[in-house]
Amino acid sequence: MNTWQRFKNSYLFYNFKQDPIAIGSFCVLLVLVVISILAPVVVPHDTYDTATIDIMDAETPPVWMEDGNENFMLGTDIQGRDLLSTMIFGLRVSLIIGVGAVLFQAFLGILVGLLAGYFGGKLDAFLMRIADIQFSIPYLIVAIFTSAIFKLAFGVGRWEELALPLLIIIIGMSEWPKYARTVRASVLGEKNKEYVEAARVIGISGWRIILRHILPNTLTPVLVLSTIQVANAVMSEAALSFLGLGMPITKPSLGSLIRSGFEYIFSGSWWITFFPGVLLVIFILVVLLLGDWLRDVLNPKLYKG
Amino acid sequence: MFAFIIRRIIQAVFVMLVISLVGFSIQHSIGDPVRDLVGERVTPAERAVIRDRLGLNDPFYVQYFRFVKNACKGDLGLSFFYKKPALEVIVSKAPATLELVIATALILIVVSIPAGIYAAIYPKSWLSRIVMAVSTVGVAIPVFLTAIALIYFFSVELNWLPSYGRGETVNIWGWESGFFTWDGLKHLILPSVSLSTIMLPLFIRLVRAEMMEILETEYIKFAWAKGLRRERVWFVHAFKNTLLPVITIFGVELGILVAFTILTESVFNWHGMGFMFIEAVERSDTSLLVAYLVVVGAIFVVINTVVDIVYGFVNPTVRIAGRK
Repeated sequence: MNTWQRFKNSYLFYNFKQDPIAIGSFCVLLVLVVISILAPVVVPHDTYDTATIDIMDAETPPVWMEDGNENFMLGTDIQGRDLLSTMIFGLRVSLIIGVGAVLFQAFLGILVGLLAGYFGGKLDAFLMRIADIQFSIPYLIVAIFTSAIFKLAFGVGRWEELALPLLIIIIGMSEWPKYARTVRASVLGEKNKEYVEAARVIGISGWRIILRHILPNTLTPVLVLSTIQVANAVMSEAALSFLGLGMPITKPSLGSLIRSGFEYIFSGSWWITFFPGVLLVIFILVVLLLGDWLRDVLNPKLYKG
Repeated sequence: MFAFIIRRIIQAVFVMLVISLVGFSIQHSIGDPVRDLVGERVTPAERAVIRDRLGLNDPFYVQYFRFVKNACKGDLGLSFFYKKPALEVIVSKAPATLELVIATALILIVVSIPAGIYAAIYPKSWLSRIVMAVSTVGVAIPVFLTAIALIYFFSVELNWLPSYGRGETVNIWGWESGFFTWDGLKHLILPSVSLSTIMLPLFIRLVRAEMMEILETEYIKFAWAKGLRRERVWFVHAFKNTLLPVITIFGVELGILVAFTILTESVFNWHGMGFMFIEAVERSDTSLLVAYLVVVGAIFVVINTVVDIVYGFVNPTVRIAGRK
């Protein structure tokens, strides 16, 4: 039986077919991800190319309203960029930061969790104390502080150039304790089981046991956590950008688009805020729904609240 | 128990030292106390003299000890923009943030407890289903979007409520309060409603889950069997025991609300601590930034320590688990 066959007969796939919410969320997520990966090809206007932008087009309303322009389906933003294209690029930026931050925090947290759980003792106490300290302060505060400090340290110009990688690092740094705790808990559950003992008896090195034997058995909770963390990271990024501590308006994420539109909401240009906002909410919602579904399927014992 | 309290307090002091070390390193590497003191129109030679006199050429650890010593006396440096001690600036902004958090907490209690109880008592009714669906979607909506939507409907379209600032305030023993004027209360509505939407879905779910669990217990079945009135079973027998876990989580989440005030305050131009923080970033006011870091860190440490100790009283497993 090849992998596809095995997947088709699995409990996971069976459950997926039974759940209309999961199927719907997955389809929407797939569409959003494909669009943002293919962004440079599918957008009607290349908004990163400043030569194509005309400030005279600024604040054009969506096409079905009065003064709408067929060229710009959802209207334009304050700089005259096509809103739909800017949103697609924004989603792409948000996604890159979200996924990047989750990969970074997962790497950091899994490493710490494995070390702390497997070796125990002083190392465990030390690492977990750090995690506890950071955990006692809300991650959003940590992210806001670090980005504020980075922004001051680098200066506004340098910050705008480096915003993307820095945001990945900042959001990753602010959330790693969650992974560390989850992984450590499952390592503690696994490390005294017989297969680990057996591996140790035949003389396999510690690192190999950790990576090849224990790590695969801790991945289920990590997978569930990661789905929810992607939504969290995208939300943090949007919050940071909204505060002006995230992506600059020249390369906007959804959050910075919402921020730029907010100033014009009083003059009635609601669409600059509305459409990116809706896109952001849809994305976060489908990821959260999928995460809930995954958690229920992989962990049936969990109380469904 | 005594040992547990001591251990928690030592831990709290240690965390505060870490936070102050982080704060001081920031100030040391990107701040410029000389500029904060005399501005930018002073010759380099004079600057060097001032630097020396302030002890800025001392080794790092000497300066750090001085920082901690001053911080213990309540001196967190001078704000460059306000030309006042940073702590004084923060204290003057604190009432605005606190009032916002208090109003939000009131909304949370008044809405989430009845909604959660209703959803638990009638889990199949259409109203409960709507409440649960809305709270699922609500989790996915960032607070600043809720805030903007509220502003758009109630301020821009309907023009019912103000969207900017705190309105008229009265000074009561040095506390700038918006609670006692009609205008101040009107200004408070939109910010506190939008801030409460962050926690509302979570709380409704929490109250509902706890209540449902308790309605399944033996003593509730016994109460039914005794033939008590429905209201008495729900609100006296079941509700009382729902309250304890809810209150504990409420205490912790209140701290998290402080974090989200930064977002809400910046949308509504609410001149509290969060708004001041964003302004301080834009003005490169490093001392104020560091002071805010230390103050907010202290707030969290105090809340966590108190909650832990209270929890240690209520639940003995907590204080035994830490003992090795």
